[in-house]
Amino acid sequence: MSSAVVSTSAALSRHFVFEDEADAEASSSPGISSSRAALDRTAPSASPRAVGSGPSIASVAHVLQSTINNQKSAISLAPASRLEMRPVPAMVSSGIAELDALTGGLPRGCVTEICGAASSGRTTLLLASLMAATRRGEFCAVVDASDSLDANSAAAAGVELERLLWVRCGDSSSKLGSPQSKDTEKKNKLRNTNPVEHRLEQVLRATDLLLESGGFGMIVLDLAELAPLVARRIPLTTWFRFRRAIEHTPTILLAIEQQAIAGSCSSLLLQLGDAAPSLLDSVPTLSHDQGLQPFGRLRSDTNPSESFQPAHTQLLTKLNIKAELVRSRLERKPARSVAGFVSKTAWAG
Amino acid sequence: MFACIYIPNFLVAAILRAEPELRTQAVAMLEGKPPLEKIVAVNEKAEQLGITPGMTKAQAELCTELTLRLRSSLQETAAHAALLDCAQSFSPCVEDSACDTVALDLAGMESLFGSAPDIARAIANRAAALGLNANVAIASNFDAALLAARGFPGITVISAEKEAEQLGSLPVEVLFAEHSGDPTPRTSREMGQPDQEQKQTSLLETLDRWGIRNLRSLAALPEVSLSERLGQDGARLQRLARGAVLRKLVPVEAPLVFEEAVELEHPIVLLEPLAFLLNRLLEQLCARLGSRALATQELRLTLELSNLTGIEDELENPGIPSESDGDADASASSTVVSCRQTSFVRTLRLPLPMLDAKVFLKLLQLDLNAHPPGAPIVKIHLAAQPARPRSAQGGLFLPPSPEPEKLELTLARIAGIVGEHRVGALEMLDTHHPEGFRMRRFVAEVARRVPQKRNPDAEEASSVVTAMRRFRPPLRANVTLENGQPVQVVCPKRKDVQGDVLWKAGPWRFSGDWWEREAWSRDEWDVALQQDGSLALYRLVHDLLGGGWFIEGTYD
Repeated sequence: MSSAVVSTSAALSRHFVFEDEADAEASSSPGISSSRAALDRTAPSASPRAVGSGPSIASVAHVLQSTINNQKSAISLAPASRLEMRPVPAMVSSGIAELDALTGGLPRGCVTEICGAASSGRTTLLLASLMAATRRGEFCAVVDASDSLDANSAAAAGVELERLLWVRCGDSSSKLGSPQSKDTEKKNKLRNTNPVEHRLEQVLRATDLLLESGGFGMIVLDLAELAPLVARRIPLTTWFRFRRAIEHTPTILLAIEQQAIAGSCSSLLLQLGDAAPSLLDSVPTLSHDQGLQPFGRLRSDTNPSESFQPAHTQLLTKLNIKAELVRSRLERKPARSVAGFVSKTAWAG
Repeated sequence: MFACIYIPNFLVAAILRAEPELRTQAVAMLEGKPPLEKIVAVNEKAEQLGITPGMTKAQAELCTELTLRLRSSLQETAAHAALLDCAQSFSPCVEDSACDTVALDLAGMESLFGSAPDIARAIANRAAALGLNANVAIASNFDAALLAARGFPGITVISAEKEAEQLGSLPVEVLFAEHSGDPTPRTSREMGQPDQEQKQTSLLETLDRWGIRNLRSLAALPEVSLSERLGQDGARLQRLARGAVLRKLVPVEAPLVFEEAVELEHPIVLLEPLAFLLNRLLEQLCARLGSRALATQELRLTLELSNLTGIEDELENPGIPSESDGDADASASSTVVSCRQTSFVRTLRLPLPMLDAKVFLKLLQLDLNAHPPGAPIVKIHLAAQPARPRSAQGGLFLPPSPEPEKLELTLARIAGIVGEHRVGALEMLDTHHPEGFRMRRFVAEVARRVPQKRNPDAEEASSVVTAMRRFRPPLRANVTLENGQPVQVVCPKRKDVQGDVLWKAGPWRFSGDWWEREAWSRDEWDVALQQDGSLALYRLVHDLLGGGWFIEGTYD
């Protein structure tokens, strides 16, 4: 029995009630209610001193029971369907109509993760989102963990560069052919830190500062070149902090990575072109005189050594990118979770 | 209606403005070359301790509670400039009467600032905000206001026709106090100054012998008899005492120079005490700029160093940018290190006019942390280039944008984390070089404009562009060739970037800048590599000048 009324010999007139919250369960159970009734019946004879010195246990129990019932009626239980929901975040275009149809756009004030392996279209999606945001007149920031943003691609994608803040993390020399900078190695030795950890620390600190500054429409964490093991070193508390910082703000925090690392902190998780069967679909098609052909087949049909076709006649014109909606916190359940879109090379228009 | 602002005990006031913590202490000002220094000015508390001007330093040092300071022309100039700024913030018609006195014409000011007492209070408050405790007097004629400001502490308003009555209680010494607090006499007054002082002394003695102690007694003397005995000077003094001199105000055009300086008795080595002093200077500068409704877009900090050792270190350090660098404009600040002088100069250029001492201080701190002076500091000089404050009106339907002050601080902090030239906005260059861009300062305000409405048909027609990710620096690769075409790529530094070439396109030859030292010529290939069940597209580059193969980036 989870509920009991106890009278003690030291204080006969005072009664103690234990676990009255569970009384509903106790009263609903027939065995328990019968034993309780038995207790009510036997109580006067079991404690004669209590009877003599104060009100009977049965009457006290009755009063208490009625009180508990009154309290229960005062507590209103609302069905889950009527609970006040969190406000639905405003959705903005990602710059790709197919993705907008799939996800409804990118949610403001939320963390969005875009995952995928190399050449899966993550950066294409990133630049399209930046293009859409900057054309809306918003200021955007890219925290580039690996200093890999290509200025020509960004310009070709239509990103308004004057509205884009680029934070280049890590130390590197951009001269063609130069080996890894010796100065950089020396600095790392002096700092006695792993360069990857140092870079990760730079990313997190810069992101923190940008989130604190506010006013950006989109902040991008480009972790695409970081190995999943390294990216997972970002503690979950950091993602919670990021999510908390952008909550109720119009800022979109977009994370580009190889695998999902933000856990439940991300409101939208998109996986790009990871399935093996889609390899042939996602590889570039060739603009060839004899029509379009996936080059996987071309590889099996032709031997490079015997190839009569000059390589410069083959052109990379477009990529077929497939996106899968892995997780979304939106109310609307998508009719389908996979969408595909095509990206063209800059010169191909 | 004229107002006169007078700073009593100006020499001490200039020091107290620079060091406000001395206000509660006994302070005496020293002047002269060691060991012949003498006290030239003392404050009230020092007077109570028995310290008087003229005492030697050795005598003054016997008083342990006394704080001694060397007279500083820099601080006096700054205090005088602040006094002029205070006056200019109320009226454009300002006369620079003396170093400690300015007068202003209040004609037509009532509609702006209220009645005469209100104006006087506002002037006193503004002077206090600039670190000066001023006597303010308002009268219908200039000289009456001047005498009242010098004679009465606090705020005095003399109504018209009652000048003689209200000035009557002042001692006659007030009439001769014109040069008493003027440490740097004006050029016009330098001629014959000893004769003038002698004349004044004799006049004062004469009046004293006659028993004339205050202006009321002087005003009551018969005019003709006074003129017969003391000449024109006597008549002028009597008109002054009666408040009957009608003189025109000589307005000056105060130059827009905003400079503050402090000389240190003991050199500063750490940045923390330097920040404390910088904060004080910045607050004074911002108050002065604010009083003139101005802001600043450039701060120039000059630190006088005690020796040249640190300077040489700075010169040897290639990490510190100098104005001779090509991309000096892109940086938030630049360094000029003079070889001839022991000065260390940092210039903080802001994208927009600002007026926030805290933001300036933080920016200077971050800048000095990145570029420490390298030697003990003996003098700090801070100058602000005035600019008109920005005027911007936010719109309800405009997209959000970062607050300029906050953004500037954020950028400075991020630059401290990732490097000075590794944060900013992209600017494309007119070149075919694959890295044909440069970093420039990111400015949120300039780019703030209403987004253009675009044609929806054109929007639909625009397609997504395949992006490339660059490897910086490019990855050196070992490439196996067959018939001059790559068939296998191995990247020693990255095991994940290697495999058989499934498909290739190219080569496309690019070259440029052959007329420059850094010419470039290369063949580009687009290749698809098979890697552990996945496929990746890379840009392979053959450097025709250096002769190596590199993987420049990946299509993603």
